[in-house]
This record gives sequence, structure tokens and C-alpha cells, in this order.
Amino acid sequence: MTEKYTRITRDGLWDNNVVFVQMLALCPTLAVTSTVTNGLGMGLATTAVLVFSNMIISAVRHWVSAEVRIPIYIVLIATLVTLVDMSLNAWVHELYKVLGLFIALIVVNCAILGRAEAFASKSSVTDSALDGLMMGLGFTASLVLIGGVRELLGSGTLFANAHLLLGPAFAFLETTIVTDYKGFLLMILPPGGFMVVGLLLAAKRVIDQRRVARAELVATEASNN
Amino acid sequence: MKLDELRSKLSYQGLSLGGVALLTSVILAVASRATEADIQKAEALDLQQSLAIVLPIQYDNDVTKDTVVLPSPEGEVTVYRARKAGKVDAVVYRVIGRGYSGAIVCVMGVSREGKILGVRVLKHAETPGLGDKIEPAKSKWIFSFDGKFLGNPQAEKWAVKKDGGEFDQFAGATITPRAVVKAVKGGLDFFAKERSKLLDEVGANS
Repeated sequence: MTEKYTRITRDGLWDNNVVFVQMLALCPTLAVTSTVTNGLGMGLATTAVLVFSNMIISAVRHWVSAEVRIPIYIVLIATLVTLVDMSLNAWVHELYKVLGLFIALIVVNCAILGRAEAFASKSSVTDSALDGLMMGLGFTASLVLIGGVRELLGSGTLFANAHLLLGPAFAFLETTIVTDYKGFLLMILPPGGFMVVGLLLAAKRVIDQRRVARAELVATEASNN
Repeated sequence: MKLDELRSKLSYQGLSLGGVALLTSVILAVASRATEADIQKAEALDLQQSLAIVLPIQYDNDVTKDTVVLPSPEGEVTVYRARKAGKVDAVVYRVIGRGYSGAIVCVMGVSREGKILGVRVLKHAETPGLGDKIEPAKSKWIFSFDGKFLGNPQAEKWAVKKDGGEFDQFAGATITPRAVVKAVKGGLDFFAKERSKLLDEVGANS
């Protein structure tokens, strides 16, 4: 049982990472990761939606016919996102002004439908909730990493405007790494996003290969999966 | 299992899809009702804050309620009026510039003498790092309108320096500041044309 949960956790965070392995959700990824703060905001909002959509879809999985499952999932996910959008707008308006743009983007995030289809429709509610949480956290970590590289190279800062997202208490996170930096515009624009994603993807492959090689070297049991 | 048979029936599939659509619509309708009032309250507060930024003066009325709608070349404009002792002291309205990538929505405050009290960009989609210097957080450029009026600078000087005008352009981005300058100039022309109506001097019933 614990082994299963470890598996789900590892899949979400690393082995089957939404951005770097499944290569899903690249549109929102490239669009919002010009700063760490935006990446974090998008990641957290997506995580919240992913957990609930996975749970709901898992709960109704026995009643849904295979032939009409996609429209049903889409209607459920769109409803959920709209509910989140409306309640944030009404009750946490300051946060909504920062996240508002991202929330609408979540509907078209194929990672959510992807997890509904690949995992939640075949698994129990608890497993699906954990899968949603881990996939979401893996997604958030990827966005923060990409956002960090792009923001550092592009504008010489990290966590700019963090107080808008996390409250004034987190203003200390906002650091200017390179003072008097003229900016490297390419990194902020979408092409820079593609380059950073590509380089990080390559780095992940290298790390994975090294790990496999080391495992073989130690000559323990073959680690095929 | 009975559910398995049912799921493969066409009627069940159609009905289940319809049922889900109906259920989610009901949920959304209820949620929309529940949040409507709070959303309006929050947006009214937003409006009030954005008006207050371009109204650096004392006034004693509820600006968000004291409005007049007038036609302009850009369509109808809602004008918010700040009064002191019943007299209109300043007006605030939106102007829209055509930027490099879509509309640049600005709000400008104008005193009864026709002087600019302040201009702020509310919404834009200009290139980050180039055109976004119209935001006060990125550059002081937007403050260069403060205190200006038609006549200072002269009409032909209401342009960016590249076009022989008085306002700075940005390195690598001329279209954005040009659009904002043009929008603000248009705003002042609108004020000059509708002055008496804006200042409530022709016995308009607001």
C-alpha cells in the first residue's frame, strides 16, 4: 500500500512529470513563466483544480460510459474552474487580480484532462486525489524552476511582485540578483521559454541516464523501470 | 453487472451527458447568484481605487455614482465627476489607445481648467520589457502627462519625440507611447468639446 503511494508520488514529482516527461500543458507553461511568482501562482491554482477534478471524476467513474466520457470530463472540469474563478473573484478579490488570468487558462490545460483520462477514471478516490496533488506539485515545481531561470536571465530578479500573490509578509523573497541589469529580453519572450524548457529537459534526461548508469554499475538488481 | 449493460445503451449515454450538463448548469447558476453581489462590490471598489489614483484632489461626493455618459469618436464614454460643494472640480474617464498588440485602456483625470491630473494604464498587452514602460511600476514615463493641457505643449507637439513632439519614446518601442500620447490627446479634445456638459453647467439632470 505504501509502495503504491510512493509510486504515485514519484511519478507526479519526477518520473512522469507533467511538463518534462508528459510534455503536457506547455501552452500555459510558456505563457506564464516569465517570472517565478507567476509560475508559482499558475502552479498552485492548477494543483487545486487538479486535486478536485481527479476526485470528482474518480467518484463518478462507474457511471460514465466510455463513449461519452470526454465531454462529461470536460463539462465537469470547466464547471469546477468556473466555480473557482467566481469564488476567488467574489471573496479574495486581491488574489483574483493576480491569478485571474491563469484561472481561465486552466480549462485548456490538457494535463487536467490527461490525468482524468489516464488515472482518475481507473483509480479510487484517494489514489486520484494523491495523484492530482503530486502531479500538481510536480507541475508547480517545474514552473517555478523555468520561471526562475527566465526571470534571472531576463530581468536579473527573483520572486518579483511576490507580495501580490503571497501577501506583504513574503515581500522579503523579492530579490534583485543583478543590480542595474539591462535585461535580456529574449528570455522573457516566448522563444526564451522554449529554450529554457529544452535545456532543462535535456538536463533531466542527463540526470536520469546517470542514475541508471550508476545503478547498473553498482550491479544491484537491474533497474529496468 | 447491470450497470455495465446500461452504460453501453445509447439512450443511457445521451441521458447521462444531458444529466451532467443540466446538473452543472444548475450548480453554476446557483454559484453565480451567490457570488454576484460580492463580485460587484469588489469591482466597484476597484473602480473607486483606480479613480482615486488619477484624482489627487479633495472632493466630497461619491465619484462612482456621479456619472454622465457622452458620445465620443471611440463610442460612448462614461465620465465620473468629482465635486466639491456641488461644483464639478474634476472629471475622470477612460481613453483607449491602439497599441502594438491590442487596446491600451487608460484612465485619465482632468481638472475643470482642462489640466491633466493624472493618467494610468489599466490594461494592456504590450511587449514585456519594451512597451510595458507605460506602467508606473516600470518607468516614470506616464507621469510626464501630469499638469499638461491643450496649449502646453502646443497641439502639434502632442506626439513622441521621434514624430517631432514633446514626449519620450522607449528604446525599441515607439508604437506603444505613440498610441498612449494619441489617446490622451484625444481625451483632452473630448474634454474641450464636451466641457459644459462634463462640468454640469447646462442644467443637465444627473
